[in-house]
Amino acid sequence: MSDLRELYQEVILDHNKRPRNFRALDPPSQKAEGFNPLCGDRITVHLRLKDGVIEDVSFEGSGCAISKASASLMTDALKGRSVGEADALFQEFHRMVTAPVDAPVEIGRLDKLAVFSGVREYPVRVKCASLAWHTLRAALEAKEDVVSTE
Amino acid sequence: MSATVLSTPPEVFDVGRIRKDFPILREQVYGKPLVYLDNAATAQKPQSVIDAMVRSLTEENANIHRGVHWLSERATKSFEDAREKVRRFVNAADVHEIVFVRGATEAINLVAQTYGRTHVSAGDEILISTLEHHSNIVPWQMLAAQVGARLRVVPINDAGELLMDDYVALLTPRTRLVAIVHVSNSLGTITPVETIIGHAHARGVPVLIDGAQAVPHLSVDVQALDCDFYVFSGHKVFGPTGIGVLYGKHALLERMPPYQGGGDMIRSVTFEKTDYNIVPFKFEAGTPNITGAVGLGAAIDYLERLDWRAVQAYEHGLHAYALERLTAVPGVRLVGTAASKASVISFVMDGVHPHDIGTILDQEGVAVRTGHHCTQPVMHRLGVPATARASLAFYNTREEVDALVAALDKVREIFA
Repeated sequence: MSDLRELYQEVILDHNKRPRNFRALDPPSQKAEGFNPLCGDRITVHLRLKDGVIEDVSFEGSGCAISKASASLMTDALKGRSVGEADALFQEFHRMVTAPVDAPVEIGRLDKLAVFSGVREYPVRVKCASLAWHTLRAALEAKEDVVSTE
Repeated sequence: MSATVLSTPPEVFDVGRIRKDFPILREQVYGKPLVYLDNAATAQKPQSVIDAMVRSLTEENANIHRGVHWLSERATKSFEDAREKVRRFVNAADVHEIVFVRGATEAINLVAQTYGRTHVSAGDEILISTLEHHSNIVPWQMLAAQVGARLRVVPINDAGELLMDDYVALLTPRTRLVAIVHVSNSLGTITPVETIIGHAHARGVPVLIDGAQAVPHLSVDVQALDCDFYVFSGHKVFGPTGIGVLYGKHALLERMPPYQGGGDMIRSVTFEKTDYNIVPFKFEAGTPNITGAVGLGAAIDYLERLDWRAVQAYEHGLHAYALERLTAVPGVRLVGTAASKASVISFVMDGVHPHDIGTILDQEGVAVRTGHHCTQPVMHRLGVPATARASLAFYNTREEVDALVAALDKVREIFA
């Protein structure tokens, strides 16, 4: 098992302590709530879309360092992106955190989000890293129901 | 248990010898010795339990209660011997008061769907408490929805103790059943079950006690308690999973309709009419977990070979030591500080989510549970989304508590 610092990288610890875009959005905006019943992580992702582009995105809630930092870095990465780009990023992110441990990390367009590559060594934590992204998808579809990782 | 006076010197209890009885304690995790502090989730099994189950499968596997052949009679005897061991273990008056089920959860569902369906009606009340595990909440919610009854909840204070004045006030002429936990699985609180039962009985209300976390720590005497139902799971008391116990007073069990229909629970079947078997068989439809029952019987044998007073004194000392060490860790706050408490310790750490604590501890070989422990109302009431929980058994040591504290130092280092 690799060093814990691979999982808890400085960037992650920093975003956990000082989450960016940690607030609600004023209307008109859409939102969705995500819940990880395993550990009780609960977040709400707020979105403001204009002409298919994410004009603003934010989140609220409570969770572990991985889920909070993931939400924080996700919101930073998504501002100004089209819905299509956001979806592509989601796919890349998901591929990275669920890739086999010995596969090379494909950074692609992930940029800063690559700090979560260490998560793949901790299968029970993959859901923590992807909760924000699943919730984002629901917010894009403006689903009313709570999204669950289960 | 924390009120127990140390009547036996801890030296009498040789934990090193006890640990040899549990083969899994020799395992390593990531090259470090396993420090198993998740006993409230499931307890480890002594070799004698494993051997008894292997013997059951290799030497006496047959179906029970129906074969005339030698092997079936032998399997039946082992299964029924296990029932008698359970009777002795909880001091039930009659072996027919012991119903084998899959676990505490199934036992509670059984009572809800048999006793509950026939004794609880629209407008009636079922009284539970904030401390309950989801398994002592949801079956009653389901019953309440089915019959139009109402669930009432005894509140707790910030220490995690039941508010007994509120309990008494919540016993109304509509209360049909009280279902309360004996030892809280998330906080370790030992509830005053004798007083709870006394008040309920004074009003003619029967009481179910969820003893899943109590039996590994306390001596339970259902006749002394005078509870109407007592439930527990085999795997938390050093036996296997998939076997558990419903104790019910004979007169109550007699009056209850069957739970599931099928083989073994009948006396005679025609297409016109079926006569049910006597208790407890009326509640044991289908081929039961024979090997599981044998394993549970062996676990009880194991516990009865120990000097239980010495075990309790040792566990009490270990619990006190763990509390002392944990409260000295900067940023750690205990959740659940009841005056009467079993060795289940929930805690949170400033600025670190319990899930992160769990992952880091795991890397040090220390197994704890993190999350809401299937007690979301407790977490909600105490204002924490989750806790880390170290739950101790009599095979744990002070060195293992030290390993937990050292691992927590590592958590602090990473999250500094």
